[in-house]
Amino acid sequence: MMDVFNWDGTVSAKDFRIGALSFAQKWESLNSAFPPWSWVPCPKHPWLASPEVDIDQNSQTDPGEEETSCSEKEDDIDDATLVQSNHHELHYCDFHIVYSYTFRVPVLYLRAYCSDGRPLLLDEIEKELPACSSKESPETKWAFITQEEHPYLKRPWYKLHPCGTSEFMKLLFLGGDTGQPKLEVVLELYLLSWFSAVGQVVGLRIPCKMLNDRR
Amino acid sequence: MRKAIQKRMEAKKYVWEGAIPLQIHLHESQVTTLPPPPPALILAPRIGYLPLLVPLIKPHFSSTLPPGVDTIWFEYRGLPLKWYIPTGVLFDLLCAEPERPWNITVHFRGYPGNVLIPCDGEDSVKWSFINSLKEAAYIINGNCKNVMNMSQSDQLELWHSVMNGRVPVRLYVWSISEDFDDWEDLSQVDSWEKISYINRPIEIHKEGKCFTLHDAMKSLLPEFFSDESLSDSKLARVDFEDAQKIPSEDVSSNKVVEDQGQNAYEHREACCISSSAEIKLIRIQGIEPKLEIPFSWLVNNLLNPDHFLHICVCVKVPQ
Repeated sequence: MMDVFNWDGTVSAKDFRIGALSFAQKWESLNSAFPPWSWVPCPKHPWLASPEVDIDQNSQTDPGEEETSCSEKEDDIDDATLVQSNHHELHYCDFHIVYSYTFRVPVLYLRAYCSDGRPLLLDEIEKELPACSSKESPETKWAFITQEEHPYLKRPWYKLHPCGTSEFMKLLFLGGDTGQPKLEVVLELYLLSWFSAVGQVVGLRIPCKMLNDRR
Repeated sequence: MRKAIQKRMEAKKYVWEGAIPLQIHLHESQVTTLPPPPPALILAPRIGYLPLLVPLIKPHFSSTLPPGVDTIWFEYRGLPLKWYIPTGVLFDLLCAEPERPWNITVHFRGYPGNVLIPCDGEDSVKWSFINSLKEAAYIINGNCKNVMNMSQSDQLELWHSVMNGRVPVRLYVWSISEDFDDWEDLSQVDSWEKISYINRPIEIHKEGKCFTLHDAMKSLLPEFFSDESLSDSKLARVDFEDAQKIPSEDVSSNKVVEDQGQNAYEHREACCISSSAEIKLIRIQGIEPKLEIPFSWLVNNLLNPDHFLHICVCVKVPQ
């Protein structure tokens, strides 16, 4: 079996599916208060769909305000997850995790809309999720958003460009001083680690419990 | 040798000079003059994109347009046309019986933003093209080196190597469920839901035997080759479907399936659709190649400028 030093940071379609199911299962078992991710087994492009996420304003300094379902997450998360918005309007976001055969990594697709269903425009999204700004050049910043059709649903969605993913996945696993993990372990934890990095860009956090759980 | 190169140059020339005669009608909701303006007749490059034709089309209709901001989009018999798909591919896919000239409709208002991603003219097309080019470079070369800044000789070197054996392919599959005698009898594509889009590199396995178009299609659409021998090693590439055999309760502790070939075989048996499913048509650059054609010939001669092979397929599936 290939050892982890030669690993290029990518995964096969099959490992993606295994990792996605493992991720969804862990999420469900450790965050029973929150709706689970669901695996959508559409032929040719299956994907992992998020539970409904509110990306509205809940200020960092007032964790006590528990008005939306998302704020419950703050109990389990080490720091505040939600982004301040000036609009006093509820904004929702759907996330889908789809496999890219070109780059051989997961790709995050997202779609944001108001409570009346109106889709949010890119600059509105960027205001909510400042780490997603597309104004930086692609060469210097791996996380940028492009508007693209969802590969199966075919509607316009936004996608976090995956071309830097394999690089940072390599770094995640090999850059630490926790010793060199076995490749098998790396592949099982792939999606969890990927999400812990990418999720931050869109303001989603993984509860500490999930990160610490190595079962 | 010189003859082979000459032939290749000829083929490339045909591709690059291939054009579709278009007859472009202004949508009636935007006609403000009587009599209505005649349609614009334009020879559109196959390898080009519809929004790039706007500088030719707009002057033709500008005197009859209502006042306001233009948001230009095209439509064929009610189906909004995706502007980032090359014109020739749209024609091959949507016109089962090739219509010459191809009658399409242009709109200057009412952009269907719930179906089409926005297009701000030439810049959007350029951006989309460059992204595709970078994606193709990644597939062929294996990394995201900045293609645009490479020297010319490096670029040539890049495009002529197929280092990883991966070929950039975009496959458009139109599914029909009716029998027909003539292409003309078929009902129109009235929704993009009927077309599935697969953006997946084809891996060429050089195993002595020539890798044909048939082998390529089998790797992308294995479910349409159910009557073939499944022990073919080319099918051993494990796909999503194979993993369905893994029970869902405790995925994390499952070992990776050891015998991938065996698993693939079992699963193909289980999920093969009936033998009445078949591929009816394959079109690349307007050509319907025989399945026996070496895939490398297609790659060497029929790529679009974005270095993708765009393949249009019509399949018949049982109801």
